[in-house]
Amino acid sequence: MTHPLVAIRSVSKNFGEFQALNGVSLDVRAGEVLCLIGASGSGKTTLLRCINQLTSVDSGGIWLNGELLGLREQGGRLHRLTAGQIAQQRLKTGMVFQRFNLFPHKTALENITEGPVQVQGRKRDDARAEAIELLRRVGLAAKADAYPSQLSGGQQQRVAIARALAMKPMLMLFDEPTSALDPELVGEVLSVMKELARSGMTMMVVTHELGFAREVADTVVYMDQGAIVESGPAAEVLGRPREVRTQSFLSAVI
Amino acid sequence: MRVAPVLAEGFPDISGMSVARRVHWGRWLAAAAIVVILAAIGRAFVNGQIEWSYVSRFLTAKVILEGIVNTMVMAILAMVLGIALGVVAAIMRLSPNPVLRSVAAGYTWLFRGTPLILQLLLWFNLALVFPTIGIPGLWSARAVDVMTPFLSALLGLGINQGAYTSEVMRAGMLSVDIGQYEAAQAIGMGRLRALRRIILPQAMRVVIPPLGNEFIGMVKATSLASVIQYPEVLHNAENIYYANSRVIELLIVAGFWYLLVVSVLTPLQMLLERRFARGSSQMAR
Repeated sequence: MTHPLVAIRSVSKNFGEFQALNGVSLDVRAGEVLCLIGASGSGKTTLLRCINQLTSVDSGGIWLNGELLGLREQGGRLHRLTAGQIAQQRLKTGMVFQRFNLFPHKTALENITEGPVQVQGRKRDDARAEAIELLRRVGLAAKADAYPSQLSGGQQQRVAIARALAMKPMLMLFDEPTSALDPELVGEVLSVMKELARSGMTMMVVTHELGFAREVADTVVYMDQGAIVESGPAAEVLGRPREVRTQSFLSAVI
Repeated sequence: MRVAPVLAEGFPDISGMSVARRVHWGRWLAAAAIVVILAAIGRAFVNGQIEWSYVSRFLTAKVILEGIVNTMVMAILAMVLGIALGVVAAIMRLSPNPVLRSVAAGYTWLFRGTPLILQLLLWFNLALVFPTIGIPGLWSARAVDVMTPFLSALLGLGINQGAYTSEVMRAGMLSVDIGQYEAAQAIGMGRLRALRRIILPQAMRVVIPPLGNEFIGMVKATSLASVIQYPEVLHNAENIYYANSRVIELLIVAGFWYLLVVSVLTPLQMLLERRFARGSSQMAR
């Protein structure tokens, strides 16, 4: 068996008194689509942010493609990586935020080319051509020169997905990508994500869209109070949950 | 189909009636009173002991024009120095590094905490403390030669301005949503690149109105440099009235030029605001 793309081992994280993550261990295989579900405050967003190192872990470790994130081992001790090394590691993951976080002073196209040109040092023309292709892929070829304020929430989120993809990540992280959207705009974002899943991208999705999870996810993980309560194939966790807590969460949501 | 003229049974038909213009008697009265008062003040000045011929003669005198040019040169250079120092201090102030944070806080504390005129005098009289200044073994010079009125004024005004500007810039940077910084990090940007490419351009939109304010303040603050012999417009006006005793006439001349400069700056600020409102739904008005 090949090693998992993401290996999370006994990760804990506290924010003051509040224990956001409590010894979480989880594997994600390459090409897998994994949905994290659970009530707010259950730690699913924190887990995602730890993988992208927007939040540092207190104990435990996360390995991405065999590489320990944020730390390096030397002489039997762990040392924190420098900000520059962490930035390098972040390039391997793409992050999509609940509130889109597009750069408002840049057009859709400039949002997408910013990372490839400024961070990866790619040629502007190449980055532009790829960005246009990505915009076409998310169905927004006509909006290349629009500023975020001129786009609907669904369109903004699709540009944000294209922006993350432009960095050619090996893992895509989605933090409640449809929670800030008007109901009629949710579908267009989910269909872009479905297409992405079909193309073989490894995805971790924090979501309340159980229909999406049932249809697209290979694995569904239910979290509560900073720990994984139940995980398994989508049909099992969502269809025949074993744990009482999972059952009561699902019956409350549906 | 007939448009119903009757809004409701039992009520008069008001469709087709125009709304009468309201006459604001109070406003007319107040405006008239102000005009009368202004006319009285104007008349008092015309009949007062002011030789208006001196005002018009010195308004475009060579020394006065040189003075206003020197004022503008100093205001612009000191503001550029102030903004540069302010941006650096604001970035240091928001750094995770406690050494940088303390240095920036100390700078703001020191230069905001003492009067500007005192700082100008200190720079100008630096030679009293350090007769020679320089880098040991490389370069040295007599402080009286280095600390000209120009350099003293530039350092005094610019460094003082930087302390104020750092707070303006810090407020601007804090006004940008934390999500912008996270999004920049998520595409692999380091702190400084994120600040330069993402945070500062958005902060500019917020800081231009207060910076415009600061610049107008700076134009007038250059007049303090008259105490260290920098030949700005007020200093030159003073030199003239020391000779001809036409004090009020020359102060009016200087005041006219300050007003003119400030009046020109306001529309310039609006142009700048529009430039940085790019992509914003709330366009500068």
